[in-house]
Amino acid sequence: MSQKFRLENGGLINRDKKLSFKFNGKIYYGYEGDTLASALIANGVHLVGRSFKYHRPRGFFGAGVDEPYAIVQLYRNNETEPNIKATEQELFEGLEAKSVNCWPSVNFDIGAINNFLKIFLPAGFYYKTFMWPKSFWYRVYEPFIRKAAGLGVASTKHDKERYEHKYEYCDLLIAGSGPSGLASAYAAAKNGARVILAEDKPRFGGSLLTSDVNIGNQSGEDWAKSIISELKEMPNVVVKNRSQVFGYYDHNMLVMSEKVSDHLPKTKKHHPKQRLWYIRAKEVLISSGSIERPLVFGNNDTPGVMLSSAAKEYLKVYGVLVGKNPLVFTNNDSGYETAIEFKKNGINPIILDSRINPQSEIIDEAINLGIKIKFSYVVVAAQGYKKVSSADIAKISDDKKQLGTIENIKCDCICVSGFWTPTIHLASQSGNKTKFKDAIDAFVPGTSKQNETTLGAANGIFTLEETLKDSFMAGQHISKKITKNDNKISFPNVVEKKSSQHDKFWCVPLPKGKNYKRFLDFQNDVAVSDIEIALKEGYRSIEHVKRYTTLGMATDQGKTSNLNGLQLVSEIENKVVPAVGHTTFRPPYTPISIGAIVGREVGKHSKPTRKSPMHSWHEKNNAVFVDAGVWLRPRYYKQGSETLFEASKREAKNVRTNVGICDVTTLGKIDIKGPDAAELLNRVYTNAWLKLPVGKARYGVMLREDGIVMDDGTTTRISENHYHMTTTTAQAANVLSHLEYYLQLVWPELNVNVVSTTEQWAGAAIAGPKSRKLLEKLFPNNDVSNEGLPFMGYMESDLFGVKARIFRISFSGELAYEVNVESNNGHFMWEKIIELGQEFQVQPYGTEALSTLRIEMGHVAGSELDGRTISYDTSLEGLISKNKDFIGKRSLNREAFTSSDRQKIVGVVPLDKKTSIPEGSHLVKDAQAPLPNKKLGHISASCWSVEHDNPFSLAILKDGKNMIGEKLFVMSPLKNKVIPVEIVSSHYVDPKGERVRS
Amino acid sequence: MLHIKCPHCGMRSQNEFSYGGDASVKRPELNKEISDEEWDNFVYNRKSLRGKHLELWQHLYGCRQWIKVERDTSTHEIFNTYKADEEIS
Ligand SMILES: [Zn+2]
Repeated sequence: MSQKFRLENGGLINRDKKLSFKFNGKIYYGYEGDTLASALIANGVHLVGRSFKYHRPRGFFGAGVDEPYAIVQLYRNNETEPNIKATEQELFEGLEAKSVNCWPSVNFDIGAINNFLKIFLPAGFYYKTFMWPKSFWYRVYEPFIRKAAGLGVASTKHDKERYEHKYEYCDLLIAGSGPSGLASAYAAAKNGARVILAEDKPRFGGSLLTSDVNIGNQSGEDWAKSIISELKEMPNVVVKNRSQVFGYYDHNMLVMSEKVSDHLPKTKKHHPKQRLWYIRAKEVLISSGSIERPLVFGNNDTPGVMLSSAAKEYLKVYGVLVGKNPLVFTNNDSGYETAIEFKKNGINPIILDSRINPQSEIIDEAINLGIKIKFSYVVVAAQGYKKVSSADIAKISDDKKQLGTIENIKCDCICVSGFWTPTIHLASQSGNKTKFKDAIDAFVPGTSKQNETTLGAANGIFTLEETLKDSFMAGQHISKKITKNDNKISFPNVVEKKSSQHDKFWCVPLPKGKNYKRFLDFQNDVAVSDIEIALKEGYRSIEHVKRYTTLGMATDQGKTSNLNGLQLVSEIENKVVPAVGHTTFRPPYTPISIGAIVGREVGKHSKPTRKSPMHSWHEKNNAVFVDAGVWLRPRYYKQGSETLFEASKREAKNVRTNVGICDVTTLGKIDIKGPDAAELLNRVYTNAWLKLPVGKARYGVMLREDGIVMDDGTTTRISENHYHMTTTTAQAANVLSHLEYYLQLVWPELNVNVVSTTEQWAGAAIAGPKSRKLLEKLFPNNDVSNEGLPFMGYMESDLFGVKARIFRISFSGELAYEVNVESNNGHFMWEKIIELGQEFQVQPYGTEALSTLRIEMGHVAGSELDGRTISYDTSLEGLISKNKDFIGKRSLNREAFTSSDRQKIVGVVPLDKKTSIPEGSHLVKDAQAPLPNKKLGHISASCWSVEHDNPFSLAILKDGKNMIGEKLFVMSPLKNKVIPVEIVSSHYVDPKGERVRS
Repeated sequence: MLHIKCPHCGMRSQNEFSYGGDASVKRPELNKEISDEEWDNFVYNRKSLRGKHLELWQHLYGCRQWIKVERDTSTHEIFNTYKADEEIS
């Protein structure tokens, strides 16, 4: 059995290339150029899923992006992807897909019991039912919903595919390659404008591929082909198929998703799977066309009921019959076009037209072809469960209120046409306030909000001649404004059949005694009765009705349901549709894969990785790295089978006893120059800076205007008007912006320049009692004695031919220096220090040992300066000058900041001197107190003190000043720990600070 | 995404800038005696305007200049941009 619904010939598919694919485990065949939907229909498969709420059988309703039903789980190249529309997914060899939203199988679905219980599942059912009883939620409702609902399963594997982002500028972005898109693109391109023409389908041409028209003595399809091939040759034009412009954002920024490889069995090497384009367009032409509107009648969701335009597209593009015994139900001439196509291919359709006695060229053609037409007739209900098998039809009275006798006629599909809805999503997203156009019973864009112009069917213009004329003119006129060229294009001769007025009728009344479900929203199972209930319960705003009933809230965003929903509300409320108004259109127009949104910014690419010039040395010497902001820093250097704990202890101990070196390149560095540099520092830091001599460094703390500590660091006076500021690694960028803010906006009179030099200097801290001895070896020509280079001193020197800066500053609390050389020489410097330090047992140390050293010294860092602490809290109040004003000073007299029991930094030691204290734990007075136990403070940083050989922590503790010697408890419910501790001074080692001055 | 005209560099995408708040706020002069209320108004109190708003942006990944942008907070329309020291009429 193969493709028994495929025509002998015709369509735009490549019949020379047969493809095999699997659906729900069964093998089928289709052709290159098919979609999964067209190939399944060719094989007579119409049952593809189950509906969301009632689990009713679902088939195909459309042939493109508007499809509400045929959503499948796709399997491609050992990956799986949910939420794929079968009507959009192009067929490739070996494609596999499965139905979603059905369990255990599409043919036997347990959830379908909801269908028989539907009296219990009316509008607002989620809000009403699952609220009570409360305990049922976790145990009963949620597991049930999770099993029964959903539109597929997201893969939990890492996505191996690559997704790209591209930024582009153009004069005109044209969304949609139907007649209006092609005409406007052509005219604009001829005027020399930079044009991007985007088409979401694989084939260009839009409605021209399926309509029976003639442009310039060519068929619509051939005309489209010739225009596209000409555009493709032009250097100022980018033509993209499989590309959906899905969002219109501020300032004419549009985003387009290009499916580069989704139609292939496997992504080609070096190709992305998808590409997201961020396009800033001077002008935007929206030629997104229109979507056919359904007619509403009983069981109108049965597989086999579909849009007449979709039936025509399957026929003309794919050479596929959606049925061999079709019924066409229409309120306008479009249904006739579909019927005529059936007839031309040897099928005998029946047309039911709700209109009384319409007359037009198209209707005449249908009559002449001998097609059976019943005027004033409607479909009352579709019959058949998994597929349409017949239809109940009836004559309808002229006022459309009364149904005549019901007859049942056999058919295998019902093609419906309720006229056309312009696709106004992009215009609406741009901020355009849409207006209702009575003549077509639909909204069209109003006055342009941004630089957007809507053309053709998207603008409510449904004749080809008018569309082409408008679009040629728009393309020419708009491009002329930009390029100043004025190339006239001769307008082609257009032949199309004239159609007659559509019927405003759209919803078939229920026959007496019947309670058919008449669906509005096919994806979310919202029926006419649900809207009626919502209105009865008092919902009025269309935005509320939408959320209560979930009308239009599915992944198809109500492309086929919105307008019918509005018409229903307006009828019941006795208001005109524009008074009801439509809900907001929000991007994306159609679902976009998360991968495309994320682009390349995944894993290691999610932020830049910065490496110091000594990185390769660290790697060679078994460094284990840690992320420090955007930097990679050695956490410790592993020797043998050492653990982090063992290694960091060894490294820290070696600093306390011999000498260690640490890569401090990552510290923020800012070069400050100008006659007012000292004045700037004096205003930025809390302590005094006007009298710092040349060749000296000073430690400083800067506040935010609200009095909270922002950052700390040392700044060195290099020469008269030249300073070198260091910041913490984390705050480097913020401090630079902070200085720029004050210099540019607040005190522009200060003559100072600041620039980041973080990456220009490589830095090594040399710390430990033997550090001076090592320095003497490194700089034999300099006097680095305690007198020659005292604590907080600075000198410039030469390190074996390399320019170096030496700062005598210490973070570890030991006698220490920091040597900076230009980044290119960093590696050389590092190796020199290691080489000459051998005789002093020099060892490199990482951030873990660095932390240990600073914690037991009581030096504060980021974990104490956490954006919640003031100078007093971190015992930096001694650096607050009383004699000058500075940023944030005025805030320091706030009541909370000056209270007598204000929090302060303390040291914490466990009573057993063994149990290590988890960072982030709370300090409490009584471990047994009932919850909530009053928190007195928190542990900010913990280490194993190498000096005392026991655990030691820093904490920010309420009334810390008066708590020294107190016994408290550390509680960590997360780690299930209660530890009795003693509060000690935060300076656990060398409290007088003698070592740094030795 | 906004398109902001940096008065120094020209039209640039929003992601090159960082937002800096209300540009009409003036920091009190240093060493000047002011009331708690004045200080609180400077540090904390901001109007959340709907409509025309003069705000600060820094061209962070560009010239690094702080600029003033006159923008409608509800429509995102940008009426004008100014250099930090430019007089605004
Ligand atoms: Zn700039």
